[in-house]
Amino acid sequence: MNIDPDFKVSSRNDDVELVPCPDGPVLVRGADTIRDSEGVDHAVTRPVVALCRCGKSSRKPWCDSTHKAIPKD
Amino acid sequence: MELPQARGPLSAGLFGGVRDPEQLHPDVLVEQVRQLLPGSDPLTHDDLQLCLWVLYELHYRGFARVDDAAEWDPELLRVRRVLEHFFEDELRRRTRETVAAAIAGEGDVATRLFAFCESFASPSVAQFVQREATLEQVNEFLVQRSIYHLKEFDPTSWSIPRLTGGPKVALAEVQYDEYGAGRPERLHSQMFADALEACGLDSRYGTYIDQVPATTLAVNNAMNMFGLHRRLQPAALGHFGAFEATSSLPSRRFAAGMRRLGLPEPAPAYFDEHVEADAVHEQIALRDVCAGVAAEGPAALHDVFFGAAVCLYLGSVTATESLDCWRHGRSALRQPADGAAVA
Repeated sequence: MNIDPDFKVSSRNDDVELVPCPDGPVLVRGADTIRDSEGVDHAVTRPVVALCRCGKSSRKPWCDSTHKAIPKD
Repeated sequence: MELPQARGPLSAGLFGGVRDPEQLHPDVLVEQVRQLLPGSDPLTHDDLQLCLWVLYELHYRGFARVDDAAEWDPELLRVRRVLEHFFEDELRRRTRETVAAAIAGEGDVATRLFAFCESFASPSVAQFVQREATLEQVNEFLVQRSIYHLKEFDPTSWSIPRLTGGPKVALAEVQYDEYGAGRPERLHSQMFADALEACGLDSRYGTYIDQVPATTLAVNNAMNMFGLHRRLQPAALGHFGAFEATSSLPSRRFAAGMRRLGLPEPAPAYFDEHVEADAVHEQIALRDVCAGVAAEGPAALHDVFFGAAVCLYLGSVTATESLDCWRHGRSALRQPADGAAVA
């Protein structure tokens, strides 16, 4: 899956689901924390989160829909 | 909440009948509505939109000094039906061409809905708030939005018991997040109430109903009409999908504008929450809810796009109206909101 290799998804259980959205983020269900490339842990505070895959989000690791403002080839 | 102030003969007659069934004259009201039909624009008709809003509100929290039984009074429902026909017909007429074009687009249903939302031409209140709105104009924006955001997601919740399987699970997942994911302070309608209070505005449900223009009522009435009619469920979900898909990027602009003006933190924080939450919700709404419902058949597919079109169209109508007022130095409310922001 083309998920940003800088993010590490961790959970107390094994039941983590990753759903990539075409031209969009990857949805993550069941995670407790997301660790970014600097090793900073971001707590997951909602039932399902969207991780940035375009690299342009201003709220990384979370998606902020900026991908929609990037012209598609 | 008290009944609002009447805005014409229709609402004056209706409210009398809502307070006291002995005073209800449905045949007179129905005839008055029929006489409005030729030449009236229901979307900007204050009297008509206020009547619809009050009749729908009977299904939410009702009014002080109004019998709760009014919710299912068959005569009131008969009046509502005539108003709704007028409103729904006009919404279908105004969106017919854009709906047909969006359905004929390329790709799967979610792709076409995203493309529809992204390409719909509308002036941007978010850009105006980000760059140039005054404190007073942002207060007016919050007042207009309060009519929906103080019952945020409630009109969409009507759809849950009517769904099955994947779309039901997906909608319930979004609902849980909208309703705070187990934390009352994160309930979106509560976060909006906190934002109003922090800005020195009144957070009581329905307080500002007398100040908002007909078009703001129309935005809410469309959601209520779609939500309350099982027949219109695909439109309710298409509306929900378009609402989520046009929220995340504008919310960032709203938050930035509010920080530019130095509004208290709960106001931009409400919009920050929607940048993140709606980036998730739009994916679930269009891919799992709307696409699932549209797969039921051509009529459902059509009404999913119809609902989306109504969300986008009414959004553009209110944006055009508000921006026109603000750019000409006028209030976008029927009378200025009480209270000023604490900047």
